[in-house]
Amino acid sequence: MDTSAAPKSGSLTRWPLLRAATPAGRYGPSLTLVLLMPLIVLFSIGFLYPIGRLVIMSFGDAAPGLVQYRRILATPLYLGVLSRTISTAAIVTVLSLTLGYPVALAMARARGRAALVIAAAVLIPLWTSVLVRSYAWIVLLQRSGLVNAFLVDSGLTAAPLKLLYTDGAVILAMTHVLMPFMILPVTNALRSIPPDYARAARSLGAGSFATFMRIVLPLSLPGVFAGCVMCFILAIGFYITPALVGGPEAMTMATLIAQQTTVVLDWPFAAALSTILLLVTLTCVVVFRRALSVSKGIHSVT
Amino acid sequence: MPTLLVIPMSLNKTAYIELPPRGLTLQWYLDYLADPDWRAATIFSLKIALATAVAATVTGTLASLAIVRGNLPGRNALKALAMAPMIVPHVVFGVALYLVFSPIGLTGNFSGFRIAHCVLSIPYVVITVTAALERFDPALERAALSCGATRTRAFFSVVLPSIAPAVAVAAVFAFLASFDEATVAFFISDTGGKTISRKMFEDIDFNLTPVIAAVSTLMVAVSLLLMGSVELLKGRRET
Repeated sequence: MDTSAAPKSGSLTRWPLLRAATPAGRYGPSLTLVLLMPLIVLFSIGFLYPIGRLVIMSFGDAAPGLVQYRRILATPLYLGVLSRTISTAAIVTVLSLTLGYPVALAMARARGRAALVIAAAVLIPLWTSVLVRSYAWIVLLQRSGLVNAFLVDSGLTAAPLKLLYTDGAVILAMTHVLMPFMILPVTNALRSIPPDYARAARSLGAGSFATFMRIVLPLSLPGVFAGCVMCFILAIGFYITPALVGGPEAMTMATLIAQQTTVVLDWPFAAALSTILLLVTLTCVVVFRRALSVSKGIHSVT
Repeated sequence: MPTLLVIPMSLNKTAYIELPPRGLTLQWYLDYLADPDWRAATIFSLKIALATAVAATVTGTLASLAIVRGNLPGRNALKALAMAPMIVPHVVFGVALYLVFSPIGLTGNFSGFRIAHCVLSIPYVVITVTAALERFDPALERAALSCGATRTRAFFSVVLPSIAPAVAVAAVFAFLASFDEATVAFFISDTGGKTISRKMFEDIDFNLTPVIAAVSTLMVAVSLLLMGSVELLKGRRET
């Protein structure tokens, strides 16, 4: 975390004699405000105000109250959607971790051309449209798709299986889409472990498995944590993939909100659902704030 | 390690989309080019992405300067605010924007998209430029100032050139973030103005034609091209 710089400079300016010691690159408050103005104006109009309006709407514009929230809490269907959203996100996170950790390990250790290949394999999907990747899964999983063709040809199944529009398809496609967000922070954490530690463990007689379990794995946990939180947060709010790959019965919070606004047109209800989704996300952020240095995770992209 | 196979598979898959279902033909690309809807959506998307890249890069770079160099309390809160669009679920953001934009005619509208995509791109710009500014040695700027340069002069002739590659990378990220963005576009598009990803989403849902595969390939090509330019910029930054 970068908490060290701000308080230090703040306390320095309180001592006139030490002011000369503050870097010349520091800007005064008025210049800082001027620099921040465009961001503040843009975010007020295009981010904070709309979201604020939505949250206010959820409590009812005409007669304030908790009508919408009571309705959600009293309907097993909606509670089911909420719990399915959370459990899907949890499964996707665990899958991303188990599949992504070895990739991160390979990425952190690779040198030269191999490093380039792995980096490309992780970064290109990250910057390829989610739509393209979801579409690719539709092509793969449909009744006449590659996977079914393989299953039938190899005699594993007699007839094509229903793979698309199932929970499994959603989990598979979402894991694929979100894995880079797990791999990058873990790779970063692994890279920051001095190689001497592992060498020391080995010279003391630890095998490679023991070295990994007792040195590398514990030291990479901050990255694992950051990756998990990032994956989970993105997964609970995910819309495109569940909407395209998931079936109509496999509703998530995001697809339910979209349905309420575009088909049912029940805006106050959609607003309440959005507020709950927002709350769940923000709770995760606050609880795991220490682990979630978003900038560090994505930083390795640049 | 089976995972090593999963990751390159994502690359293979895009290659699979490239294969037309029946034999080799460029028909779908021609169909795409001939369709006025697709053409309009593509041009609309490119225009928005370009405008977003410029606006988000300027706004985000100024904000990064304030975050790294500023002497304000609540620096971390500011950074958190700049990152917030990445954390807030895009569905929620999309619905909220529709709610506010729809009555004032900003849906399906160039300005509406520019505001939305700018907000979404700024986290990427701030992350990239902040990192570069933190690496930049303030002694260099101090030297320029002590040689009599004004603050503005020092910024444009010392600070900016040294962070320029990062700013360029940030602009590419902002462009891609806007061009590929689909969730918010789903909500703030209308029949008159839709982006390429909105049109794609519709077509995947309603009429799954091979044209989508052609469009997908083009979108992957755009991403690859831009990521390649990022690699070049990165190489230049390190030397």
